[in-house]
Amino acid sequence: MDIGGINLVTLLATLIVASVPILMAALGEMVVEKSGTLNLGVEGMMIMGAVTGFVVAVTTGNPVLGFLGGAAAGAAMAGLFALLTQVLLANQVASGLALTLFGLGLSSLMGQGWNGIRPPLTGDVPLGPLADIPVLGPILFSHDWMVYLSLILVVAIWWFLRATRAGLILRAVGESHEAAHALGYKVRRIRTGAILFGGAMAGMGGAYVSLVRVPQWTDGITSGAGWIALAIVVFASWKPWRVLMGAWLFGGISVLQLNLQAAGSRIPVEYLTMSPYIITILVLVLISSGRGRAMGAPADLGKTFHASH
Amino acid sequence: MMRLEKRATPSRAWSVATPVLAVLLTMIAGGILFAMLGKDPVAAIRTIFWDPLFNPQFAAYSRPQLLVKAGPLILIAIGLSLGFRAGVWNIGAEGQYVVGALTGAAAGLALYPMESRLIFPLMVIAGALGGLLWAMIPAILRTVFRTNEILVSLLLVYVAQALLSSMALGALRNPQGGGFPGSRNLSQWASSANPELIAGTGMHWGVVAAFIAVIFAYILLQRHMLGFSIRLTGQAPRAARFAGVSPRRLVILCFGISGALAGLAGLFEVTGPAGQISLDFAQGYGFTAIIVAFLGRLNPIGILLAGLLMALTYIGGELAQFMLGVPAAAIQAFQGMLLFFLLAVDILTNYRIRWAREAS
Repeated sequence: MDIGGINLVTLLATLIVASVPILMAALGEMVVEKSGTLNLGVEGMMIMGAVTGFVVAVTTGNPVLGFLGGAAAGAAMAGLFALLTQVLLANQVASGLALTLFGLGLSSLMGQGWNGIRPPLTGDVPLGPLADIPVLGPILFSHDWMVYLSLILVVAIWWFLRATRAGLILRAVGESHEAAHALGYKVRRIRTGAILFGGAMAGMGGAYVSLVRVPQWTDGITSGAGWIALAIVVFASWKPWRVLMGAWLFGGISVLQLNLQAAGSRIPVEYLTMSPYIITILVLVLISSGRGRAMGAPADLGKTFHASH
Repeated sequence: MMRLEKRATPSRAWSVATPVLAVLLTMIAGGILFAMLGKDPVAAIRTIFWDPLFNPQFAAYSRPQLLVKAGPLILIAIGLSLGFRAGVWNIGAEGQYVVGALTGAAAGLALYPMESRLIFPLMVIAGALGGLLWAMIPAILRTVFRTNEILVSLLLVYVAQALLSSMALGALRNPQGGGFPGSRNLSQWASSANPELIAGTGMHWGVVAAFIAVIFAYILLQRHMLGFSIRLTGQAPRAARFAGVSPRRLVILCFGISGALAGLAGLFEVTGPAGQISLDFAQGYGFTAIIVAFLGRLNPIGILLAGLLMALTYIGGELAQFMLGVPAAAIQAFQGMLLFFLLAVDILTNYRIRWAREAS
């Protein structure tokens, strides 16, 4: 099944791998936004996760520790954001931007001297005979554990938000912090928890870029993946399943344009490079031009909560 | 037990004091960062903030650089501040800056090697228009389709950067450049050059434009109806709507002004200090300008001072790189830290801290 020199099975298999970083980051950010906080620092948390995960994995020789390190770095960055927005009541848009600007600088500082090294390999999960099934095997059953973890998290987060009491409380805080506060829920504590979770997810997503997807460290390695993740949350109308669809869509586009570049397409490389961003914008337009105001957006998204009594 | 009490109006004293406090805190935290990198923190801070201005060995070179770097920062930040005041978030100034440089340079290069006094003004207009049109994309998508302007303007930065490399390698490449990326040198072509106007000051047309923008923004905000609408929308959006302020018009205007100013900054940069369209002429001014706008408290005079201070960290950073081997990325992290501290101490402006026992 070759189309224009591109093998369709390989394309779908790489699509699933390529979508993991955006998927992880977007899932985390979705939970954060469901709790009513807008953290625009996804890109900064991702790139800090990417560099920390890379350094930890190379030093210890263990990619699992690398991913944990990435998650810790993302959560630490998110902790700064939580401190600013939840304790010091700073503007969320500005704080998120600060997180990204700071993360880009700090990551490039931390990554000095780590260029050109290959990280330890994250192996595929041995699924035995399943991986040998033609077509479906390579697409679905021969991936590393992070791919499966990210898919499990889609289900887990969907279930958490929909069917658990804690998920209901989280959503209540996002819809009306005043009402949730009046009911006795600790708005800032819940939001801080969500922010830290979002940071850990973004950090792991970033670590996946530097440990599996590329795999090496270069400055600015996430190249806007964090912003695309933010866009996907809007595209998905804050629903986990649609986040998965969005991540696959954009994973697909980025893989396709890379394949077209490699296959020597007549479209210039620069225009292929810009295509994921342009398509993200087009999709955002389509989604927002549809019905009413941004559908599914938590009502208190981005508002500062200050309990006056 | 610490309790925060919202102030009825932001404290004037603190709104002046917090940026200074933030700079001091950044110096301390930056010093710790440099110490962790194995550099002498006191020497590093002195190299960044003092030596470029007062060291007899470097000042002669560094002082003019102050205006060279501050010009684009102030020009862009002034535009951004108008939008930020009204809650219109244009964070894609970097893209508008790049596109303005491209359209301006293209307009000039189309006429190469003609010599005329009209070419430079033409390029200036083309640069401003390029930035303006690039900024109109998120603005129009916002007003017509309610698309999030933060995401669109930011994503367009990546598109602009790809466009830049396409132009530097393709349409605008110097045909006599031996195949190297980058356009003809615009600062060496008399008709397009944006030279130093007063020798030894670093003053070029971009700096002049920045000063004019500061004055213009000051008058706009203090004396003009549009400035009042912008301030009102920022402080009380509902009241603004009752007062007849059209939010759509404001989005278009804020994006238009900030885009045009960013485009101008880009054009002045490629015709002057950078000299040509190259892959890396942009230097991230569009993002640093966001920090400048906040550090200046979105106030024109404040932005002027903040732009000069930020320029100082660029120059001092280069000096620290050269003298002490402090990596360039450390300066970037240092600038990011400044925004953090600024947002953190801002609480003192808007809230009063009360120490009281836990209510029973």
